[in-house]
Amino acid sequence: MLSPVAITGIGLASSHGEGRAAHAALLGGVAPVLDATSFAPYPIHPLAALPFDKAIPRREMRQMENWQRLGVYAAGLAIDDAGLRERVAEMDLIVAAGGGERDWKLDEQILAAQPDEIQRHRMLLDGLRPTLFLAQLSNLLAGSISIVHNVAGSSRTLLGEEICGAEALRIAAARIATGTSPLCLVGGAFVAERPEVLLLFALGDVLHRGPWVPLPERQGIVFGSAGAFLTLEAAQAARAPLAILRHVGTDQGRPETRPARLAALLAATPERQPGCMVISTASGAAQATADELAALGVTPDLFSADILGHLVEPTFPAGVALAALAIAQGRAKQVLVTGTGQWRGEAVALLEAP
Amino acid sequence: MNPRIAVTGIGMVTALGFGAEANWAALVAGRSGIARITRFDTTGMRATMAGCVDLPGDEPGFPLSVSVRCERLGEAAIAEALAQAGLTAPFDGPLCIGMPPVEVEWPQRRSFGATTYPGLLEAATGQAALYEEFLFGGASTRLAERFGTRGVPQTVTTACASGASAIQLALEAIRRGETKMAIAAGSEASLQPETLIRFGLLQALSTRNDTPQTASRPFALSRDGFVMADGAGALILEDEAHARARGANILGYVLGAGEAADTFHRTRSAPDGSAIIRCMQRAMDDAGLAASEIGYVNAHGTSTPENDKMEAMAIRALFGDAPPPPVSSTKSMIGHTLSAAGAIEAAICLLALRNQMLPPTINQEDVDPDLGVDTVPVARPHAFRAALSNSFGFGGQNVAVVLGAA
Repeated sequence: MLSPVAITGIGLASSHGEGRAAHAALLGGVAPVLDATSFAPYPIHPLAALPFDKAIPRREMRQMENWQRLGVYAAGLAIDDAGLRERVAEMDLIVAAGGGERDWKLDEQILAAQPDEIQRHRMLLDGLRPTLFLAQLSNLLAGSISIVHNVAGSSRTLLGEEICGAEALRIAAARIATGTSPLCLVGGAFVAERPEVLLLFALGDVLHRGPWVPLPERQGIVFGSAGAFLTLEAAQAARAPLAILRHVGTDQGRPETRPARLAALLAATPERQPGCMVISTASGAAQATADELAALGVTPDLFSADILGHLVEPTFPAGVALAALAIAQGRAKQVLVTGTGQWRGEAVALLEAP
Repeated sequence: MNPRIAVTGIGMVTALGFGAEANWAALVAGRSGIARITRFDTTGMRATMAGCVDLPGDEPGFPLSVSVRCERLGEAAIAEALAQAGLTAPFDGPLCIGMPPVEVEWPQRRSFGATTYPGLLEAATGQAALYEEFLFGGASTRLAERFGTRGVPQTVTTACASGASAIQLALEAIRRGETKMAIAAGSEASLQPETLIRFGLLQALSTRNDTPQTASRPFALSRDGFVMADGAGALILEDEAHARARGANILGYVLGAGEAADTFHRTRSAPDGSAIIRCMQRAMDDAGLAASEIGYVNAHGTSTPENDKMEAMAIRALFGDAPPPPVSSTKSMIGHTLSAAGAIEAAICLLALRNQMLPPTINQEDVDPDLGVDTVPVARPHAFRAALSNSFGFGGQNVAVVLGAA
């Protein structure tokens, strides 16, 4: 027997600041916060100045870099938003993650020195900070959330760019719906101000270069820094649900057959009522974005990438958080969220008013 | 009522060899797969040995990347498991696989000749093959497409518990009725210079470099750290009724799994062992077994001073006044295959159940008497119906899996 799944808390921290009010104000469309110079010719939506030190003990801060700090911070916002501080011991956690920061200054010293293999290893042996490894490991965002917020249920971290964020949400919702998890915290974080991250995506030639323009007018990704977490609970147990997560569907396969998978995912989504709001979490990568828009057949009301920037792993959870806000605000009774990974993976979610 | 989850295929690659049978023979013989690292220069490194699975394509100064090695090892293990299960691609279920994080490595990073990141970004733009190689979802996606698995590959990382987490994700998907079968696997190849240096800086590795075969010595007084290793393990999990209906040979069962996050510290268990005890207890509860029904524990047993002491204490606490069953760590022979260990060790438990034989913990000349567990210094016959496999990850992510005899 499946129980309806409620979204009971959201934790959003982005270039626009933190929390429900700061992000609800963006839903009607807003000018992006941009940094066009630090990584020119690649514009980014920068990390806002957030009071990490108020939420994270100093001893823990030293074990992290900004990726983990931002994720831990956003996870805390979601826990507080849902009023679930007292229940963290039984809370399950699924994080969608890439990796943490490299010491890019050390990388540049090594690149500049052009050392041979033995000398390169020597520079790494002398230059790497021991704590940085723990800041870098993908599963240590979840580990840090458990340590800082005492989240002590299960802990899993999924890898795999955009689609792992949607798959994390699908698994969390399925566990709640089948009663195998009492409450679940799901989401992730992404920091755009990282040359080594830009390198990976430059290899794929998927980055937008030059002045920022809205997503439909460009053929590339503009990254943003943001953390996005949601708390899910069985609807009948939820004290103050923001929205009902009626449906999450995901799929993956070869890019040539992406349109058919997107069509099938949309066909399997419960019926959309008139006035259903549409939020697209498309990355901006040319073919994947074009396929998503063609499958939708309508112009989305909002592209999450235009207000937050593209967030890779937490992109889909962030889109769903914006959808929950739209419902909580009374802006829509029903919201369809779509997402297509820049390389692989497709996802849809349907949210409804409680 | 949950369906029983049958195992119909097992595959394994470690430093002991390719294939489950080759591995089992080496394990029972008490052979070590640990050796000096030859595929890159280890001058100045704290640890210079590992459980290496070198492959065709490892060039001097340009070894295969973590991502490519993970893919190849995973492919070998999954192909073996599928063949044993009598299945071929496309596989009608998901791929759940524990894998390490990957990133662009030094041989690739320096291949463009750039001296700064902006220069590197410029020079590297459009190298699509490298992009696909180093995406976090790249290797698992190629495996999913190679074997024609269904849906999104669930690529899970819980550090040293990843392989066990993959089994758990697969088990849950079958129990939820999303699928009748799933591939549960782990593949690990983090052994590249920078990772070896990083683990060395954490002082987590054995430095017994002069005698590599004696370096991994779980539960011994002279244990001094773990030994990194390459490897992969794969299980075909199947709803028992589905397996029977298609006439598959049932090799054993995954009876249950449990997990518990530790909120104490990134690299250490809570001093009272509470999280790892809770994790083992949850696995037994999930399997519906009492402690007295567990006939063998395949320990996480990394050979670090901290883990083995805590784990032995937790196992004793779990079994209360009764003496705990025999406990061995096959990492003594294979090394620590990190993301793959949970899958490889679950496979070993199934082979042990099938053969009614316990694989040993080797290098037990000076077993730590305070630990109070029988660490099985030499392989021996043993009558038992269920085994517990422990996997405890950096970051406090602990998973235990209960395996049952066919």
